[in-house]
Formats: sequence, structure tokens, C-alpha cells
Amino acid sequence: MSKKVSKPGSISRRRLLASAGAAIAASPLGANLLQAQAAPIRIGMSMPQTGGLAGGGKASLLGIEIWRDDVNAKGGLLGGRKIELVVYDDKSSASETPAIYSKLIDVDKVDLLFAPYATVPTAPIMPMVKQRGLLLIGNFSFQVNSKVGHDMWFNNAPWGPADSWATSYLDIGQKAGGKTMALLSADQEFAQNLAKTAREVANKRNLPIVFDQAYPPNTVEFSSIIRALKATKPDIVYVASYPPDSTGILRAVNEIGIGDSVKVFGGGMVGLQFGAVMESMGSLLNGVVNYNTWLPEKSMYFEGTKEFFDKYTKRAVEAKIDPLGYYLAPFGYASGQLIERAIAAVGSLDQKALAKYLRENTHHTIVGPIAFSADGERKETAVLQAQFRGVVDKNIEQFRSAGKQVILFPDNLKSGELVAPFEAARK
Amino acid sequence: MKRSSITFWVGAAVFLIAALAMTQIVHNQYPFFAGYIILQFIALAVAWSILGGYAGYVNFGTSAFYGVGVYGSVFLVKAFGAPLPLQILAGAAIGALMGLALGLLTLRMQGIFFSIATIALTIVIETTITNWRYVGGAAGIQIQRPEVTAPFDSYVQMLFFVQALLVVLAVAISRYIQHSWIGRGLQALRDDELAAECTGVPTLRLKLLACVISGALMCAVGAPAAMYLQYADPGSAFNLNYSVTTLAMSLIGGTAHWAGPIIGAILLGTTQQVLTVTISSEVNLLVLGLMLVLFVVGAPEGIVGLIYKLRGNRKEGEI
Amino acid sequence: MFSLDLLLDAVVIGVLLGCFYGAVSLGLSVSFGLLDVPHVAHPAFLVLASYAVYFLNEQYAVDPLLAGLLITPVFFLFGLAAYRLYYETFERRGSDAAVRGIAFFFGIAFIIEVLIILQFGVDQRSVTADYIGKAWRLGEIRIPYRLLVAFAVATTLTILLTLYLSRTFMGRAIRAVAQDEEALRLMGTNPVKIKQWAFGIATAVLGISGALLIIVAPVDPTLDRAYIGRTFCVVVMAGLGSMGGTLVAAIILGVAESIVLTMFGASWAPAISFAMLLGILAVRPQGLFGRRS
Repeated sequence: MSKKVSKPGSISRRRLLASAGAAIAASPLGANLLQAQAAPIRIGMSMPQTGGLAGGGKASLLGIEIWRDDVNAKGGLLGGRKIELVVYDDKSSASETPAIYSKLIDVDKVDLLFAPYATVPTAPIMPMVKQRGLLLIGNFSFQVNSKVGHDMWFNNAPWGPADSWATSYLDIGQKAGGKTMALLSADQEFAQNLAKTAREVANKRNLPIVFDQAYPPNTVEFSSIIRALKATKPDIVYVASYPPDSTGILRAVNEIGIGDSVKVFGGGMVGLQFGAVMESMGSLLNGVVNYNTWLPEKSMYFEGTKEFFDKYTKRAVEAKIDPLGYYLAPFGYASGQLIERAIAAVGSLDQKALAKYLRENTHHTIVGPIAFSADGERKETAVLQAQFRGVVDKNIEQFRSAGKQVILFPDNLKSGELVAPFEAARK
Repeated sequence: MKRSSITFWVGAAVFLIAALAMTQIVHNQYPFFAGYIILQFIALAVAWSILGGYAGYVNFGTSAFYGVGVYGSVFLVKAFGAPLPLQILAGAAIGALMGLALGLLTLRMQGIFFSIATIALTIVIETTITNWRYVGGAAGIQIQRPEVTAPFDSYVQMLFFVQALLVVLAVAISRYIQHSWIGRGLQALRDDELAAECTGVPTLRLKLLACVISGALMCAVGAPAAMYLQYADPGSAFNLNYSVTTLAMSLIGGTAHWAGPIIGAILLGTTQQVLTVTISSEVNLLVLGLMLVLFVVGAPEGIVGLIYKLRGNRKEGEI
Repeated sequence: MFSLDLLLDAVVIGVLLGCFYGAVSLGLSVSFGLLDVPHVAHPAFLVLASYAVYFLNEQYAVDPLLAGLLITPVFFLFGLAAYRLYYETFERRGSDAAVRGIAFFFGIAFIIEVLIILQFGVDQRSVTADYIGKAWRLGEIRIPYRLLVAFAVATTLTILLTLYLSRTFMGRAIRAVAQDEEALRLMGTNPVKIKQWAFGIATAVLGISGALLIIVAPVDPTLDRAYIGRTFCVVVMAGLGSMGGTLVAAIILGVAESIVLTMFGASWAPAISFAMLLGILAVRPQGLFGRRS
């Protein structure tokens, strides 16, 4: 293996040599031409563009592309080297990514790697990237590095420590007087990881779990399961669900009712961050407390955030991608910014040096400051818990203004107080 | 017959030597990653054809067998740290049992009823694995590869060679079946099950045998995939794609001759690998769809059928 | 946590859910059950119909059910064309139509999937109507109107199809084709025309089923894959070609699923319904109400 391990390092060296060669060749022709001919910095990744994760994948990719265009418009990095993305579709599947990343590393010889959106496609490439000693910027995967222990992995997602998610939600619920918890989760990867941490945190706090069910993928009708949940009269309802199911669950809650005992409802519902879903759910969303990564509240605007969304909105409509794009797109852009800052500071594409810089510093991005802990996840969680308020039907534009999703957690970004119980908050 | 046997085994030996040589000479890893996938599909398509092609029983449950192979390995690695050969052997054994169970369960079912039963079986098994926490359940599981053994210097190269061995094994079995009484019996069973039974062909035993062999091979092919991905989750391991792609490969190649599935798998498998790293979008799926439609419409007997036609009136099984 | 209330509730919801499964399977019961066309693109056609309904609802605020009715003539013609293509390329050539037909329809399903993605994107879509998101109160039980719509549509369609197949000339001809194609040919009727007509009807029904699909739950372009197993299981479990049987089999599946979701480990629901199907098939290979008994 020794022969190959040295390769990735030599890639960047060779690229540097090549660009130096190009520079020498071009120098008599003047600086402008020199800039144009400098070899681009190539960033390789796979991205789900078909299959179940495609909606998120496309939005995320658009965020990264906007970053690329911004950097290139400013003249590129490392003295005029443009950014070039090499992107392949992994069909939302784990089985495609090893071959794709081998192609990126061994054939395309890209300079840097980004991970695909989500856990399933990312998990199989972790051991490979570690073995070859390559830097990898993660993209919303959940705890893929906990067993692998790669020290050059940095996740762009705001998750933070694994249990912080359940902790923040249960904090809100318990503060509102919650004494029991019901747990409804999709029997799929991400939701099950959330459910597991929720159980652990609840046990630690001696919070009784009165209902704990995992519903199977492709469940059509949630009336009966909501009825069973309601019968246990829980105070806190923690739901970890996937996009089509989130809609089904909220509809069933509206139809069947959930009972007056419930203080807070939501927590881990994937899908309620996507424009198309939010638009079609409309007023059914009111009262739900759910996780988010970015929201148009005042506290969430950092340098460049507004400009980013101006560009995003225009391009997303053309590309038939989520017109809001709060959930993933700004973090795709932030992935680029992380790399941009690191390259600027280090002054080369040396992967070890870039990783060292990323690990040791706090980085300012359009989604706020990012600092990493030893496992490559955020030092502190920046997952928002927010409550839907005053949402009306059939209007996607309403979600662009502040106040529709009031941030309850974390404290430094807070923009309002919880309205409880759930039934009261729905009105 | 004899001369063709010699040709076959020489060809198989050359293929294996070439695969081994490739692992020693080529240092770029990508050909092994992509090649592994293609070889895996060749083996799957050949195994599928034993039941689906010769006997005409369309098995939609390729992904069930493949997934059980994957999870068999996951379990063995987690519980005993079992080495790769043991994983594959165990996979074959489990697959044989599963094939037997499928055969017994569907004894009286014919045609599309059999196919639907295999779909149902897939869902039952996938749900069971999803609920089995020890092997990761719905959340999936990451597994570590052990050290690679000489003469290979990367694990993927070794897996590539192992899969090449499985391909030769599957093809040899399939070829043997085609030329033996089993193949003729299955052919009779496919043409007219009732008539075959009346003329003394042991249809039930043959069908069970085909289920067992096909199942064992498909599971064995799935077994090393756990080590290839170093990760397993039910959604990927039991993906409907394995069933559809395998069926498509066999039909595109043609099921009348053992070489058909190989040709189909090489053609479709390579196309898919190339598309993944070129066009790489939903157009990829469009190409698969169009290829399926065009081939079944334009070449109903597959590529092998086309070759027969071009060669004139030669009877099946002569090459 | 057993309680009679919950069980009763689960059964009621299950029956309605079963009606929904029945409604989305009825077209297949004609195309596959009576005509032996291995129509694995049936769910893809269904999702296509849902998107057509979504388009009409979104652009022109047409009620989804009405939209479903509006697209039936288009789907009827679409069905006629699809069968013609299938017939010319497979049935006419005879041997082995089934296996190749499956591959053919898988190909068609993929093409439809991609076309939907190109036109509508990959995000999930749903429709709005007054009866979506509200429930009817019946004492302690609350029943979502969506499911009542499913119940009404399923029973109406089943009755209409049953009457059509038993009372009209064309309907009887379709059943005759299913039973003995050769005899019909000898009597001087063209079975292909009849089958084409029947396939048109089966596809037209999908217009309304598609509306129901998007009324009950949101759709996305790859949803068809989840319904291949479900719809074929319903039709096969019923025994090929019986409309009433299809509805009954679907209700059995729906009730089983609903009870497991409410009373036992919800995550085992698919295993239990499909294991039940396997059991039934193992004992009665011709299905519950099979025409080939």
C-alpha cells in the first residue's frame, strides 16, 4: 500500500509543478494570459442527483456552485487559479460512492474532496479517505466519523455532539412542563440515529418514554399510529421522520388530533425545511417545534448571507430546485468558504496543512462562525429548534420573512419564546 | 463438445491469470473499484439465468439473495471476525437454504405468481434485517477491513480477484447445467411444465435444484460486498436496482446460452459505470430505460439471439 | 397497551386504507389480471397521473378529483397506444412475452420517472382541496375525509367495472378474451381490438386512481417503485381478474397493516402483510378468488 499512500500528496505537488511550468511557459506573454492559463484547483465530489436524496443533493450542489462562481469572479485562489468542480451522481446509494471517489482520486486526480450529501453515500468512503490520508469536507452526514476516527474530516453540518439535538429539544419540552415523552421515528438510517440519542438522553434524565415506535418506509397512512400515540397521553412528542412521512404525520395530527396533554411536538422532522413541503403544508405547520439549520431570522444573517440567498433564489427557480434552500444550500457555500479560508491561510493545497488550519481556527462563513472539535464535528451544536407561527396556506413567499419560524434554541440566536401547549400554539 | 470444453477452460484460465496480473501491474485503484462492480453483475446475471433463463422462472428477488449475502458477512464479521473465504462459503450455504425455502414455498406457483412471491419474500427479509439491531438495523453499520493478504497490496485488488473467481465458478456451473440433463430438463420445464412432467422429467426436483444453485451463487456474490463497501444499510443492500439490472442484463444478453448474461452484464454494467462518471444525472436512468425498451423490442432473443441469426440456422448450444 | 377502542379504530382506518390500495390496483386488475400483460409500469402510469392532477390543481386550481376525471380520456388514448406498442412488439411474436414484457415495462417506467423529474423536479408534491387535512367525527372515532374519498372512489370504481364487465357487450367480450382467446377468434371477433380497448379502460381508471394517490399522500417521481410490490400483491392475492376480489384482498392487506401499526411493533408492518401474501399463495396458488381455480 505504501506506493499508493504517497500518491495523493504528490498529486498536489505535481499540480503545483504543472502550474509552475505553465507559468514559466506563459510568462513572456504577460500577466493576463498567465492568470488565464494557471491550472484550476479541482474539487471532486459525488452528489445525489437521482433517488431519494436528490432534492437535498441538488440544492446543496447549487450552493457549492455559487461559491465557485463567486471565487472565480474574484479571480480564483492561490494567485489566479480558478475553481473547477468535478461532480458525479451517486444515485443516493452507498454502493456507487467507492468507485466514484476512486475515480476522483486516481483518475481525475482532483486536488480536494467534498463528501456527498447525507450519511448513506458518505459512510463507505470514510475508510478509503482515511487510508489515503486525504482531507474531506463532510456534507450533512451524521456521526460517520465516530468509528472511523479520521483526523482530516470536517463536517459542514451544524450538528455538533451527537446528543445535543435531543438535549435541546427535551430541554424545551421539560421547561414547558413535560414529564413524559413519546417517540415516533422512521425505520430508516438518520431517523433511527436521532431516536437512539433521544432514548439515551431521556433515560439519563429519568424521563419516562410512554410510546416508542418506528414506522416502516413508504407508510401511506398515519392515522392509526397517531391514534395509538395519542392514547398514551404524552407531554413531549419527539418525531424523527422523512419528507413524505412528515407530511402524512402532520396531516394525521390535524385530522385525528393529538390531545391537550402535548406540550411540544416535532424535533427531528426532515422535510419541513424544504420549500415545496412547507408551501403545501401551510397552516398545518403552526405550533410545530422542529430542527432547522438556517432561518431568515435577524440573528442568522452574517457577512455575505443575504447576497448568497439573492443569487440562490434566482438560480434555483431556473433549475427547478427548492426555491427557499435554507436547509442545505448555504452550508454547501460554507464548505467552499472553509476551503477558501484554509487555502488562503496556508498558501498551498497541502492537505495536512489545510486540515491543521481547519482544526485549529474558527472560520467565519455565511452560516456563522464554525469551529471543529477533534472528531471533525462542530465544537458546539448550531442546530436550531424553531416553532412555526402564523403560517397561512399556499404561500411560499411568507417563509422569507422573519417571525414565521421563531428560534427557541440556541440561546445566542434566540428570537422568541415557546408557545405551549401544542394545541394552543396551533391556533 | 470436448473441444469447446478445452477452449472454455483455457479461456477461464487466461481470464483469471489476466485478472491476477492486473492486480500486480496496475496501481491505479479505479479499474478495480469499477471492475469489481461489473464482475459482480456478471456473476449475478449468470446466477439469475440458471433459474430465470433456463427454467423460465422470473426471480424478482435478486436483491433479497444479494442482501442476505451482504448481511451474512456483516454478522460473521461482527460476531466472529470471520475471514473473507468463510464469509463467501457461509453466504453460499445460506443462499442454498434460502433457495430451497423459496423453491418449497413456491412449489405450486407458476409464471408471474412465482415472481410476485419473490417480491414478497424480498420485503419480508428486508424488514427483518431492518429490525435486527445487532447488524445495525435501519441505521446501517460500518465495518473494518482486516489486513490484506499477499500477493495483493490493496484490499480492493483482492476483492476484484475474488469476484473474478466467483464469475468463473458461476459461469462454469451455468455452462455445465446447460449441457447436462439438468439443462435439458429445465428447458423442457420452461417450454411446457405439464408435458415435461408427463414425459417423466422430475420437474419438482429440477426446479428446487435450480433455486438452490441460483440462490447459493447470488448470496455468495453478495457476501464480499460488505467488505467492498465497509458499510451496510438495508436500503442499499436490498435495492430494487439489483433485481431490475440483473434481469435487464440477462435479457439484453439473451438467456438461451450461458454466454448471454455475460455479454449483457458486460455491456450494461460497463455502460452504467461509464455513464456514472460522464453524463451523471437523471439522464443515466433514461439511458437504462431506453436500452431496455430498445433491446427487448429490437432483439427479443437478446444479443445471443442476434448472433444466432447472423450465423444462420445453427442450433442452440452448438457454440 | 391493548384497548378495544384502538382496535376498532385500527380496523376502520384499515378498511379505508384497504379501499385506497384497492383503488390504485383496479387498473392493474384489468391489465394484468384479465389481459395477462405484465404491466410493471402500472405504478409509474399512476404517478404520472398524479403529476397531471398536481399540474391542473396547481395551475388552474381544479379540484383534484375533477382533474382526475378530466385526464381519463387522455389516459384512455395513452392506454390504447401503449397496448398497440406492446402487442406489435411482444404478443404478436408469441413466445416468452411475459419475461420480456416485464423488462419492457420497467424500461417504460424508468423513462416516465426521468420525464417527471425533468418537468417537475425531484421534490415531493401534493394537492390542496377542502377535504384534505380535515376529519369526520363519529363518536370517539375520527376519520380523515381523504380516506372517505378513497372509500367512495374505490367502491364506485369497483361497482362500475364489475357492471361493465358483466352487463355490457364489450365487457363480456373482455372477459371472454381473458378466458379463451382462441374461441373468440374462431367466432370471427378480433381479440386484439378487444384487448386494446380493455387496456385503454385500465389506463383510464388510472386517471382517477392517480388523483386519489396524491389526495391521500404526497407523491415524488420515484414513488412508483414502492407501489410495484403493493399493487401486484393485491391483484395476485385476489386471484387474477376479479374486481370485487381485488377490493376484498386490498382491504385485508389494509386492515392487517393498520392493526400492526397500531397494536404491535409498527416497523414489522410490511413483513406481516407480505408474509400473509406468501402464505395465501402457498396454500392457494391461484389467489383467493382466482379465475383459474
